[in-house]
Amino acid sequence: MALLDVTHLSIHFGGVKAVQDVSFSIDAGIVYSVIGPNGAGKTTLFNLITGVYKPTHGEIRLDGESIGGRSPDELARRGVARTFQNLQICMNMSAIENVMVGAHLRLDRNLIKAALRFPGLRRRDAALRDEALELMRFVGLDKFADARADAMPYGALKRLEIARALAMKPRVIFLDEPAAGLNPKETIEVDHLVRKVADSGITVVLVEHDMKMVMNLSDRILVLDYGKKLAEGTGAEVRRNPDVIAAYLGAHA
Amino acid sequence: MRNRAYNGLYIVIAILLVLPFVLPNSFYLDLVIRMAINAVIVLGLNLLIGFAGQISLGHAGFLGIGAYASAVLPTHFGWHPVLAMVAGAVATGVLAALVARPIFKLKGNYLAMATLGLGIILSIALRNEAQWTGGPDGMPVPAFGVFGFELSSDKHWYWVVAVLLSVSVWASLNLIDSPFGRALRALHGSEVASRVVGVDVVRYKVSIFVLSAVFASLMGSITAHYVGFVTPNLADFFHSIELVTMVVIGGMASVYGSLVGAVLLTALPQALATFEGWETVVFGAILMICMIFLPKGLVPTLAAKLGKGE
Repeated sequence: MALLDVTHLSIHFGGVKAVQDVSFSIDAGIVYSVIGPNGAGKTTLFNLITGVYKPTHGEIRLDGESIGGRSPDELARRGVARTFQNLQICMNMSAIENVMVGAHLRLDRNLIKAALRFPGLRRRDAALRDEALELMRFVGLDKFADARADAMPYGALKRLEIARALAMKPRVIFLDEPAAGLNPKETIEVDHLVRKVADSGITVVLVEHDMKMVMNLSDRILVLDYGKKLAEGTGAEVRRNPDVIAAYLGAHA
Repeated sequence: MRNRAYNGLYIVIAILLVLPFVLPNSFYLDLVIRMAINAVIVLGLNLLIGFAGQISLGHAGFLGIGAYASAVLPTHFGWHPVLAMVAGAVATGVLAALVARPIFKLKGNYLAMATLGLGIILSIALRNEAQWTGGPDGMPVPAFGVFGFELSSDKHWYWVVAVLLSVSVWASLNLIDSPFGRALRALHGSEVASRVVGVDVVRYKVSIFVLSAVFASLMGSITAHYVGFVTPNLADFFHSIELVTMVVIGGMASVYGSLVGAVLLTALPQALATFEGWETVVFGAILMICMIFLPKGLVPTLAAKLGKGE
C-alpha cells in the first residue's frame, strides 16, 4: 500500500482553482518530485497535504488514514515534516534552538516542570542538544552550532530548515524548493543532502525548479500545470511526455 | 551562553541581599519594594509580549482582581488572606483563559482590543460596585498573616518580595530555555513553522497569557496587603500601559530587561518630582528618546553594543 494517497484533491480560493482534481500516490521510501511552471500549484499542494490549508474537495490518506483537513500539529504527530519555499526560520532564536524546536513533540512540554528546572527534563534537553548538533553536522552546518539564526547566510538557513524537519524524526518530508536561490555549488550540496535523507529511509517529496537535481534524485515525478495534473511517471517518461514539453517550452515546440 | 544567563540571577540576589543594609531610609525601602513588585509583574508580561510575541493592554485589570480579592474577601466575608489571594489568582486564571481561547483562534490585533476592553470593564466594575469595593475612594486591606505571624513592617515585606523576585527570575530563565519556552519563542519567530513541527499554537498562547495574568493577580494581592489600601487606579488603563512600557523600555524578550524597565519606570516619577508640573512632559520625552535610540530596549541594545566591543 502506498504511504500517501491523494485522490481528487481540489482547493478553491474564491474563483481561483489553485489545485484541481489532482490524484497521485507515493510509495514509502522513494523520492517523489512535484514540478511545474510558477503558479502551477506546487506549494499549494504542499500546504494542503501538510495541513496549512483545508481542501475544498478530495481526500488525502496517510497509511490509509484520512488526514485531509487535519491541523499541522496533528500531522506532525503522524510523522509529516516540511520545509518552506520562503524561509520560515525563527530569527529570534539560535540556530541550534531552531533545530531543537523540531523535536517539540518528542519532549516533555510541561510548563511547571520547565519553570522549576526538573532534572529529568534538563537531562533530556541536554541530550536533545547533542542530537541537534548531530543533525547540524548531518546537513553540513556544524560551524554554525553557536550562531544566532539571524546571523546566518541564506544558503545555511535553507539547510537549517531541513535539519529542523529531520529533528521531528519524520516518515515523510516535504521539501519546498530547497535549492531556490542557491549558487551551483550549494545546489550540489543540497542535492547530496536530499539523497542522504532519502537513503536514511525517509520518504522525500520534493518541489524544485532545478531540473538537473529533480531528474537526478527522483524516483517518480508529478507535473502540475494551472493546478491540474499534467503527467506522472519516472523522469524518462515525464521528459518524453508531449504535454509536459508543451507546458515548459510552449505549445509549438 | 545558557549558563551565562544565570550569572545575572546571582547579581540580582546579591543586590537584593545588600540593599536593605545600605538604603538610607524607609522612603527608599518602600521604593525598592514597589520596584520589585513591578519587576515580577513585568517578568510575566515580558514572557507574553517579548517571548511569545502577544500583547495585553489590560494587565492592570488582572492586577486589580488580585488586589480586590485580597481586600474584599477578608473584609466582607472573613476569608483568610491566603485563601483570598489564591481565589483571586484562580479567578484571574479562569477569566484569562475564557477570554483568551476564542481570541487566539483569530489572527491579527484582536487580542489588543479584547484585553484593552477587558481591562477597562474590570476597572469600571471596581469603581462602580461601591458597596463592595468602596468605589473610587478605594478601601482598606486587612493585614496579611500566616501561622500567627503578621507581615507588618516594610522589612518583612522587603524579604517576601525579594524572595518572590529571585524565584521569578530563576523560573523565567528556566522556562525560556525549556521545550515549553522554545515553543513559545518559535511561535513568535514563525507561527507556520512552529505549527508544522507540532506546536499547538493556540494552547501555548493561552497558557502563557493565563500564566502572566496569574502572576499579575498574585502581585496585585501582595501590593494590596503591602500598601494596606486599594484604589481602582491600580486596575486602570494607564497602569496597564505603564506595565507594557516597562517591558518595551527594558527590552522585549529579555529577563533582565524586565527588571531594568520596572526599576527605571518606578523610580523615574520620583526622580522627576523636582520638575513639578512638567514631570509628565519630561517623562514622555525620556520614553520617546529611549524608543528612538534604543528601539530594542535598554538591556538588549546595551548587550549587543558590549558584545561587539569584545
